Amino acid sequence: MNPAYVDIIRIRFLMMLAYRVNYYSGIIIYAINIGAYYFLWQAIYGSQQVLGGFTINQMTTYIAVSWMARAFYFNNLDREIADEIRDGSVAIQFIRPYSYLMVKLMQGLGEGLFRLLLFMVPGMVVVCLIFPVTLPTDPLVWGWYALMLFFSFLINTQINMLTGLCAFFIENNTGLIRMKRVLVDLFSGVIIPMSFFPGWLEGVMRWLPFQAITYLPSSVFTGRTPIGEAGGVFGLQVLWCVLLAVPIWAVWRAARTRLFVQGG
Amino acid sequence: MFVMGLFWEYMKNYAKTRLTYRADFWIEVLSDLLFQGLNLIFILVVFQHTESLGGWSQAEVVFVYGYFMIPYGIFNTFFNLWSFSDRYIVKGEMDRVLTRPAHNLVQIVLENMDPPSLIGSGIGALIVGITWSQLGLPFSPIDLLIMTGLVLSSVMIYAGLYIALTAIAFYSDSPTGILPLMYNIQNYGRYPVGIFSKPIRFILTWVLPFAFVGVYPASHFLDRTGSEGAMAMLTPLVGVVFLAIGLTIWNHGVSRYRGAGS
Repeated sequence: MNPAYVDIIRIRFLMMLAYRVNYYSGIIIYAINIGAYYFLWQAIYGSQQVLGGFTINQMTTYIAVSWMARAFYFNNLDREIADEIRDGSVAIQFIRPYSYLMVKLMQGLGEGLFRLLLFMVPGMVVVCLIFPVTLPTDPLVWGWYALMLFFSFLINTQINMLTGLCAFFIENNTGLIRMKRVLVDLFSGVIIPMSFFPGWLEGVMRWLPFQAITYLPSSVFTGRTPIGEAGGVFGLQVLWCVLLAVPIWAVWRAARTRLFVQGG
Repeated sequence: MFVMGLFWEYMKNYAKTRLTYRADFWIEVLSDLLFQGLNLIFILVVFQHTESLGGWSQAEVVFVYGYFMIPYGIFNTFFNLWSFSDRYIVKGEMDRVLTRPAHNLVQIVLENMDPPSLIGSGIGALIVGITWSQLGLPFSPIDLLIMTGLVLSSVMIYAGLYIALTAIAFYSDSPTGILPLMYNIQNYGRYPVGIFSKPIRFILTWVLPFAFVGVYPASHFLDRTGSEGAMAMLTPLVGVVFLAIGLTIWNHGVSRYRGAGS
């Protein structure tokens, strides 16, 4: 592998570090969101013990860990790729001795690393202090979760790349990017765990990659998915990761011959 | 009259720019609605699993949400000031605004108008109408009048708060991150405040009165016997107070404006 990629990770990490103050308020914002859903779920459960396969304690943990995972895997690669296509700077990237998509992935990784260390981890500490979150005690769960979290990041980044690359075909894809964001938030399970949706919709979602971003890892973390099944769930994530690489590759191949620079 | 003329000219300009990317315009409107719809979907899904949310039925919670969408859409149409600091302070466009005869805030509001947000208000009104008949509430024309008054008061609260927060840009040109913070807090006001803990309820009522943009005024029509219905009548007062505070801070801020200096 090209050693330049490591530098790309490093540079993006340092760049993010320069703007770290912006992320302190991010932690508060995420805590506010977690708080809103915490109270809502408390009221929804009322006197009921188990809903959608989650106990109320598991649900509190689910909300906390899902939002904080979002703090980690979230990135704006879709926006960045679309902007570079629109203003034509992607043309320069074509002639450089590296793979453009790989560079984007590495930049995403640099940002992810920053978000993990300065956003997700401190955020999780803050949230655990405010809300009654029960962390798993089994180190095996933590291990599986760490692995699955990494694949959450990969799959979310792949979906972002695919959305961004659509800018080759659609002149202005701001709307598409926003639509994608809503779909990911809704179907990944950050707002509502998949098992709460009506049966037919849950059936549809089982065949979509979004569940692999939040629902699958968070379910393992909260203990709703027994640790024995973690391997299978992880396999599903890997499968989606491989499957999503195919359309990205195809779009990239098709797109290179039809770059249309606006105002370049 | 003068302002109305300006309004119309800006409207025409807006339509011209937006029609450059027609297909994208509709995708943007749709994604915007979906974004607001997220919370509505949340409400609909969770009510599959429970009968009540802190003593409120599904129709009631949806009614509150529909009500909230009306002032929110109007607010978003006229107070699209999210990039004020960057555009007017850092880049110094405020200079241009201040040399013109119309009031500076009016110009800024008109320059940043976002009329498609009104579609959200329309859908909110539709939701209110549907749940109104679902709940079998009595209807008289006077309700429509009260509704208009309450919606306008709610818009004033929103406007006052965000004008005050936007005016911070006059005092400090570094990004404060307070606007996104507020944007997330306002989510709380869409739900019955009773489900939140006491300190949060206090904040939502008196400090950042987002409860007056959703649950309080809406409960007037729901005939809730609790304190919420009584609070509804305070909405206009809170609206006037917060708008006055917002405008005072704004005008004081403008008087401090020194230009970008480059």
